[in-house]
Amino acid sequence: MYFTRLTRGALAALALVGGSAHAQVDLTGMWGQLVHSDGPDRGVGPDYGDYTGLPLSAAGLLRAESWSDQKWTVPEHQCEPHPIDYAPWGPAGMRVWSEVDHPTQRITALHQTFQWMITHRVIYLDGRPHPSQYAPHTWMGFSTGKWIGDKLVVNTTHIKEGWTRRNGPARSDKGSLTEFWMRHDNVLTITSITEDPVYLTEPVVRSMNWQLDPGYQHGPYPCSARVEIDRPQGFVAHFLPGQNPLIAEFRKNLGVPIEAAQGGAESLYPEYEQKLKAMIKAGKK
Amino acid sequence: MVQVSLKRRTVASAVVLTLLAVGAAAVQAAQPARRGQAAAPAAAPPLELVTEHVRGNIYMIGGDGGNVTVQIGDEGVLIVDSGFAQNAQALLVEIRKLSKEKIDYIVNTHYHPDHTGGNAVIAPTGEFVGNVRVGVAPRAAIWAHENVLTRVSTSTGSVKEPLIPAQGWPSETYFTASQELVFNDEPIQLIHMPNAHTDGDSVVFFRRADVIATGDLFNTTMYPYIDAAAGGNINGYIDALNRIIDLAIPAANEEGGTMIVSGHGRIADEYDLLVYRDAITIIRDRIADMIARGMTLEQVQAARPSLDYDGIYGATSGFWTTTQFVAAVYNNLKQAK
Repeated sequence: MYFTRLTRGALAALALVGGSAHAQVDLTGMWGQLVHSDGPDRGVGPDYGDYTGLPLSAAGLLRAESWSDQKWTVPEHQCEPHPIDYAPWGPAGMRVWSEVDHPTQRITALHQTFQWMITHRVIYLDGRPHPSQYAPHTWMGFSTGKWIGDKLVVNTTHIKEGWTRRNGPARSDKGSLTEFWMRHDNVLTITSITEDPVYLTEPVVRSMNWQLDPGYQHGPYPCSARVEIDRPQGFVAHFLPGQNPLIAEFRKNLGVPIEAAQGGAESLYPEYEQKLKAMIKAGKK
Repeated sequence: MVQVSLKRRTVASAVVLTLLAVGAAAVQAAQPARRGQAAAPAAAPPLELVTEHVRGNIYMIGGDGGNVTVQIGDEGVLIVDSGFAQNAQALLVEIRKLSKEKIDYIVNTHYHPDHTGGNAVIAPTGEFVGNVRVGVAPRAAIWAHENVLTRVSTSTGSVKEPLIPAQGWPSETYFTASQELVFNDEPIQLIHMPNAHTDGDSVVFFRRADVIATGDLFNTTMYPYIDAAAGGNINGYIDALNRIIDLAIPAANEEGGTMIVSGHGRIADEYDLLVYRDAITIIRDRIADMIARGMTLEQVQAARPSLDYDGIYGATSGFWTTTQFVAAVYNNLKQAK
C-alpha cells in the first residue's frame, strides 16, 4: 500500500473524527443514499473524454481513450454490476446487517447489499486471512474489517477488473480498496481509497454519505442478457489509438485544455488550479 | 466402472501401449523435460503448491508451472495436466491430500513440459480399466489430442530424444473435433481448439460440475504464448477464447456459474475470460492496423500496442516477454496477409 500526500491528508482528517477507542458503532440498517455536488457524475454520468481529477497512468489513459460504450451491446457485458470500489458511488441505497456468533455475541461479519443489481458483499470481522493468489476474483472482492476506535477500516482484495469512472477509466484486477466507515448520528460516511499499480499513479479517494432510512427497501433487480444488435462472434468494441472522435467533445464544449481533460496526479492538488488558469489564459487547447 | 464413449473414433497407438506396458517400471525418477521445438517453459519455478476448491468434486492445484485440475470421486481420480517432471512427486502428495483413490486418467491440454512433464511419474502410480484387449492396465491412461502425441514423441533439431520419456506419452488420443468420457458419474468433453496456443490444444469441460479447464488457452497472468513452431496462431487463439466464452454461462450479474481453471493464474469465470478476450483482440486489432499502415515490426514494437495491458499480462524477462508476444502477433498477421 502506498499513500500519497492526498491520502495522508485524508487519513489525518479521519483520525481527528475518531471517538471512543473501544466502541463498536451499529452500522446495520437500511441506508438511503445522499447525493451532493457529485450528482452529475454519479447520476447521468460523465462525458466521453472527461478524465479530470483521475490520477491515470499512461496505460490508464490509453485504456480510457480506447473505450467504447458499444461494449454494452455485447450480451456477455450487459449484466456487469458495479465493482465494490465503484458500487457505493453508483445508485447505492444499502442494506447492512450483521452476523453474530451466538455464544460470544461477537459480530463476526457484516453483510451489505447495494440497490444497483443487488450485489451482496461480506465484510469478515473474525480475523481470517485473505485467500491465495489462485482464488477467484469477484465483483465485491474479499473484505476484512477491523475497528479502530469507532471507525471500521475495511480492506478488500480479489476484485474483478472494473472501472473508476463510467466512461472508460479502468481499474485492473491488481487493484485493492481501503474503506473507512464512520457513523455520526443517523449519517453514515464511507471514505474509500482505491489503489491500482496498473492504471493509477496515485489512489482515487472518494467520500460518500447515507442517511438512516428504516422505510427504504431494495426492489428485485434481475438482469437477463440478450442480443440487441446482431454482432459477429467475438466482436470487441474499442477505438484504435488516436482514432476516438468522441473524446474531444468534452474539452471543446467546456473549454478545458487537453492536459486537464486527461487527468493525471498533478491535477488532484490545489496548486493545479493556478496552472489550469494559466493554460486557459494562454489559449491552450 | 469407467466408461469411454465410442461415439468418436479414438486412436490408441499400439506402439505407445507396448512401450507403456514394458516401460512403466522403468521410470525410476522424474526427469527434467527436454526443450522441444519452441521456447516452452522448461525450467521449473520454486515450488509452492496451493490447492483451491473449484466446485463440487473439482479442485485446482497451482504453483507447479501450469495449473493442474483434479476431479475426485468413487471411481478414482482424473487430473488435467501434470506439471513439471521435477515437481511430480510433490504434486502426487498434494493430490493424495484430496483423494486416496487410484489415478485413472491424465488429460493433457497440450504438449508443453509444464503441463505434460509429470505424466511419466504419475501415470505408473495409477490404474486404468481399459477395454477387453487392454484389461486393467497398471497405470493411468493419458488422453490428449493426437498432435500432442506427435509433439512429445518426436525428436527435433539437435535434440536426439523425445520431449518427454515414452512412459509419459499419451496412450489414448483423438483426432476429431471432440472426445467424450464419463468418469465419476460425470460427462467430460475434450474439445479440440485448432491452431491456437499450439496445434493440439484441448479444453476439458466437466459438465456436471460446470467447470472448464482451458490449459494455456487462457491465462490470468500472462499474454498468450503463441507457439508458432507448433502450429499456434493468434487468430486461432482468439477463436478459441470465443468458443470457451460460448461454453460458459454465468450464474448472475456476469459472475460465477461456469468456473474456469486457467493454464496459469487463478480460478476464473466468464467475465475474466471476457476481459482477456477483449484485451487480446484489441491488441491484435491495433497491430493489424499498424501492419496495414506499412509499419515494420520494430516500428510496431516502438509504438507499444499493448501498453495498457502490459501491467497485467506483460513481462520484460522470462521465457515469454511482451516483446516476443507482439512479434508473434505481428508475424502471424503478416503471414496471413
